[in-house]
Amino acid sequence: MAQSAVIRRNIVESLEATVKRPLEIAGNTKIAADLGLDSLAIMDFIMELEDRLDLSIPLNRIAEVETIDDLVRTIEELKEDAK
Amino acid sequence: MTILAKFSPLRDTYVSLKGQGYDPFQLSFDTITSPTEGTLNGRPVLLLGTNNYLGLTYDPACIDKAVEAVKTRGTGTTGSRIANGTYEGHAALEASLARFYGRKHAMVFTTGYQANLGVLSTLAGKGDHLIIDADSHASIYDGVKLGNAAVHRFRHNDPEDLYKRLRRIEGEPGDKLIVIEGIYSMMGDCAPLREIAAVKRETGAYLLVDEAHSLGVLGARGRGLAEAAGVEADVDFIVGTFSKSLGSVGGFCLADLDGFDILRVACRPYMFTASLPPSVVASTLEALNQLELQPELRLRLRANAQQLYSGLESLGLELGPHVNPIISITMPNPEAAIAFWSRLLEAGIYLNLSLPPATPNGRSLLRSSISAAHTPAQIDRAIATIAAIGRDLGVVPSADMSETRLRRSVAE
Ligand SMILES: Cc1ncc(COP(=O)(O)O)c(C=O)c1O
Repeated sequence: MAQSAVIRRNIVESLEATVKRPLEIAGNTKIAADLGLDSLAIMDFIMELEDRLDLSIPLNRIAEVETIDDLVRTIEELKEDAK
Repeated sequence: MTILAKFSPLRDTYVSLKGQGYDPFQLSFDTITSPTEGTLNGRPVLLLGTNNYLGLTYDPACIDKAVEAVKTRGTGTTGSRIANGTYEGHAALEASLARFYGRKHAMVFTTGYQANLGVLSTLAGKGDHLIIDADSHASIYDGVKLGNAAVHRFRHNDPEDLYKRLRRIEGEPGDKLIVIEGIYSMMGDCAPLREIAAVKRETGAYLLVDEAHSLGVLGARGRGLAEAAGVEADVDFIVGTFSKSLGSVGGFCLADLDGFDILRVACRPYMFTASLPPSVVASTLEALNQLELQPELRLRLRANAQQLYSGLESLGLELGPHVNPIISITMPNPEAAIAFWSRLLEAGIYLNLSLPPATPNGRSLLRSSISAAHTPAQIDRAIATIAAIGRDLGVVPSADMSETRLRRSVAE
């Protein structure tokens, strides 16, 4: 599987683990506006995702993220930086 | 549509909250008459949620010092210390704090909130890393947001999780600063500081402890959790507030690090706000003095906390894991919490209503804080009132009542 597909799958799983229900998610789904996650839920979701990917996703990098695609891009950049 | 349109979801939540009882955000006392008493709507109310841990707000010596200072030094400084200069009281307070904590450097801020804003946004710069507890106070979240460092969040009070997250950024350049609190303000639990200090040593990070709720409360001399846990040498920075055990307003940061004073010309929340007025400085200095002169206040505080905790625990209520002066009761849902809180007010007992998302794990809390100034009789009355209302609302189990029926009536 391509890296972005793996990231995407982990994002969906982490979101579902956070909200505890199955979700319909597309690349342009807005994490806060469309899924109804408040600021605390977003931070908890990111924490879950960090553990799945074994990667630190600093909170200051989340500020610019709105959609799932934004998040995939940010994570790819973080993985690139870590190399 | 105005600039305020974005607040309509918040307004809806707020309005629905208000509809269920008193407005917890607009509560207005007629008067406050002592550390533990006031009046509300013409009726006496017992204060059980004011963070006035040592009850020093009405200490005669503190009041005298404040009165003397306001008469001789005036009502305010009308500016910041870099603009209007340092008054002798500011310097004396810093010297006194440094001596009390056995630290080289002390810096006083206008509030504890600003101390966290200033210290966290300035100490850690671009390329540095802040590693904060997930349940950190708003001032810590805001402080890390104000700066340019990378912000990492670890699971509440979990040293292994902290270690794991530090390992993930092991090879990255920049300084690392771990940020924790002595007593957490929502559940009243202490950080596992000894274990966290061990992680700090192993990973070469710096460690900051916010002792806002533990100054004057924990430790043989009342310095806080670091003293109680015996790891003061591992703590690089101590942040705290005068607004709780010292009964006034203001914040501070202490350190041993050489060159720490450079923050006075780098830290914007220190530089660009008016300094504390002389009367506040004077009462705070005296409160610190009283804290040392009256160690029995701390013992009474402990005993009072134990009395309230045991009393509530025996009712079968769900409390935090540690017996500290912050004692929070977890309610089954926000509606039950609001109903309970409103009934307590009607019965003459004031404590704090804390609702998600301001609370950990989506909890709805009745948050009380105990004071050395409470009498055992006042605490007994509080427990009895909580028991009676709790039974009535079906939150406290009762042998002769159908719990499920009452639970349903609360939910309706
Ligand atoms: C942990 C913690 N830090 C800082 C503060 C801020 O203190 P202050 O009231 O002095 O702004 C508080 C209290 O509100 C707190 O609970």
